[in-house]
Amino acid sequence: MNFDFSDEQKQLKDEARRFLADKASKSALRKILDGQSGLDGKAGASYDKTLWKGVAEMGWLGAAIPEAHGGLGLGRLELCVLAEEIGRSLAAVPFSSTVYFFAEALLLAGSDAQKAAWLPKIAQGDAIGCFAISEGPGAVSASAIRCSYENGALNGVKTPVTDGDVADAAIVLAKEGSGLSLFLAPLEGVARESLKTLEPTRGHAALTFKNTKAERIGEAGRGWELAEAVLDRAATLLAFEQVGGAQACLEMAVDYAKNRYAFSRPIGSFQGIKHKLADMYVNIEVARSNAYYAAWALSTEAPELKLAAAAARVAACEAYHFAAKENVQTHGGIGFTWEVDCHLFYRRAKLLAVQAGAPAVWKEKLVRQLEAKNAA
Amino acid sequence: MDFNDTPEEAKFRSEARAFLDANLKPKLRGREPGGGGDELARSKAYQKKKADAGFSGITWPKEHGGRGLPAIFQVIFGQEEGKYEPLGGPFIIGLGMCVPTIISMGTDAQRERFVAKALNGEEIWCQLFSEPSAGSDVAAARTRAVKDGEDWIVNGQKVWTSGAHISDWGLLLVRTDPELPKHKGLTMFIVNMKDPGVEVRPIHQMSGGSNFNEVYFTDVRIADAMRVGGVGEGWKVALVTLMNERLAVGGSPGPDYAEILELARRLSGPSGQGALLQDPAFRQKLADWYVSAEGYKLGRFRTMTALSKGGVPGPESSIGKIINANRLQDITNAAIEAQDHYGIVAQDGPDGVFGDAYLWAPGLRIAGGSDEILKNIIAERVLGLPQDPRADKDVAFKDLPTGR
Ligand SMILES: Cc1cc2nc3c(=O)[nH]c(=O)nc-3n(C[C@H](O)[C@H](O)[C@H](O)COP(=O)(O)OP(=O)(O)OC[C@H]3O[C@@H](n4cnc5c(N)ncnc54)[C@H](O)[C@@H]3O)c2cc1C
Repeated sequence: MNFDFSDEQKQLKDEARRFLADKASKSALRKILDGQSGLDGKAGASYDKTLWKGVAEMGWLGAAIPEAHGGLGLGRLELCVLAEEIGRSLAAVPFSSTVYFFAEALLLAGSDAQKAAWLPKIAQGDAIGCFAISEGPGAVSASAIRCSYENGALNGVKTPVTDGDVADAAIVLAKEGSGLSLFLAPLEGVARESLKTLEPTRGHAALTFKNTKAERIGEAGRGWELAEAVLDRAATLLAFEQVGGAQACLEMAVDYAKNRYAFSRPIGSFQGIKHKLADMYVNIEVARSNAYYAAWALSTEAPELKLAAAAARVAACEAYHFAAKENVQTHGGIGFTWEVDCHLFYRRAKLLAVQAGAPAVWKEKLVRQLEAKNAA
Repeated sequence: MDFNDTPEEAKFRSEARAFLDANLKPKLRGREPGGGGDELARSKAYQKKKADAGFSGITWPKEHGGRGLPAIFQVIFGQEEGKYEPLGGPFIIGLGMCVPTIISMGTDAQRERFVAKALNGEEIWCQLFSEPSAGSDVAAARTRAVKDGEDWIVNGQKVWTSGAHISDWGLLLVRTDPELPKHKGLTMFIVNMKDPGVEVRPIHQMSGGSNFNEVYFTDVRIADAMRVGGVGEGWKVALVTLMNERLAVGGSPGPDYAEILELARRLSGPSGQGALLQDPAFRQKLADWYVSAEGYKLGRFRTMTALSKGGVPGPESSIGKIINANRLQDITNAAIEAQDHYGIVAQDGPDGVFGDAYLWAPGLRIAGGSDEILKNIIAERVLGLPQDPRADKDVAFKDLPTGR
């Protein structure tokens, strides 16, 4: 057994951390937050375009894309270490939508032609992708999908779609005949309504498809199954972002607790704070170990992925939620201000907890896997 | 024990209803209209009518303009008023904390000057206790008052002062003697917020709005007649305010079990089959939320009963805010997750209340005594557990260690 990343992977992680510390500054993030990323502080993009370009130049967008399709042909483990650093930095880029969802869907189910058409553009940073399954409030379920495909065209509304406001193309789950299939739809000409969210550093939109040309990806009628498989992959990668974000919260809180005094002592000397920070650490370690296992399953295409991804997601959602809210709490009044970064993590934690399906949905999946595995 | 109104209480309740029906709009489900300038004027107008009708200061002594009724009548009025649009916000700190402190610790002249105008909404109050390095440890206040003839000159800074921007008066905790140990060198004053030496700067909070402020004092002159309690007795006075605060700020603050129940009827559940409300795991949580909300509410009735018999609000009331603030964070989080991906959308409709409240729930866990401080109070003052060793007891305040 070797349950750790390799030296090269750790080196990649260090390099990513240095790059993001420099290029994904909180001040750039705050311009997006305040809707002032445009020139002269005018309303601008929902993502950091300079950083996106930098990320593309670093080759990260194609880290897991085969060289034949213009990527670096590294592996999923490399993508995991990058995800952790992106999560820690809160980088305001459409990385997860493009890489964990869109590219993974193509790698999983795309035809050679579809891969050839899109993967090189992704790897170059010339295309942004997104994943459109939700159609409104409530758990997404196969029977509730209304969006439909007929005669080469999609009709219906998907909302919310993370990065749907800027994406060039979407992977869309829609009805086809009596079943569901997955489709690839370029978004040119599709009506998009930008949505205000609790997490303004990531863009969101409602997409309205009206006779939108689209092509099926994967087999007809297997849409739900494929969407679930994409979600397993994305959940694994997102778990690393979540662990990275949670770890950043823990570090902020520990640092503050060492330096902030109340009652003439550092607040970190009070057990009420010590135990809170220790709980954060425990949750993060549980999440990290589950994420590692899912990373292994993802990188080796092991059948364990379904259960491992669910476990990684459930643990990561819990760890990030707890770390983000208790980081605010540890900071006291100052943690409740706009200027201090605590709320940026609190917001991102919530987005990542619902973006690939809420924890309750994954707990249900997890237990179904467990039941099947332990069938009498 | 009897949970039904006595004939006298029933009569009071129907009077309250008639008054409220005539003067307030019913509560909207979910989100309330944003706090525009006009809202303050409406709040003040409502407060005036309330005072004229005898519903302001229901439990306060008659000689101070109150009605002198037992606490249960305040509970009854609160229950009925809670069904209408909330307009009482600007007066919570004054009527719940500052003015009761003046009634019990102030001079006759102060009561004469301030009580009636607070009761009828003419004047708004804020609580100037916390400072950048004195929050949980509020007795570490550094804002200085120095005697100058019959007056005091105040210099320093307060922070997180809710409502300072709309306030006429503030209850101000200052240090009058840094040579004494920390709790002994404090004194309480009433300060005119319109004094030119008082500068109020809004703080942008994480939920987006700006309801609290930094307040700077530069050579502010305060007459000795505005001192509340003796010189060096500021901590004793502050404790009266803080005890009242535990009662005033504990209330149920946002969407609760009823709102999430309503939401759960309309949403699909996590198994993809049926409504969320039919999901067994959700139902179990709903039961917990109900028990928590009722436990708080009924516990308050017990407190009110004790107060009616002449008790004073004790450290036990600390549990209210722990229960409610954490439930609010939990329910709003659950409501967001229940909507799945859509939960991240900041909605304009009634369901938007969950996202809004999710962003201010963290403030509620900190304001008016953080969870940790309230738990320490319960552990030490209710359960009698030994205190942490104190580094700050018999040392001159100026010699105490500080951090950032
Ligand atoms: C929305 C809001 C409104 C407010 N309104 C007012 C107002 O109107 N007037 C006013 O005077 N103040 C107000 N406050 C200030 C509030 O009372 C303080 O923020 C609070 O007491 C915490 O102090 P602090 O911010 O300095 O945090 P700190 O005291 O620095 O606390 C930081 C962390 O350390 C923990 N901690 C501190 N001491 C201990 C201990 N002994 N054991 C365990 N843990 C400990 C705290 O729980 C917290 O988690 C408001 C605050 C908020 C958030």
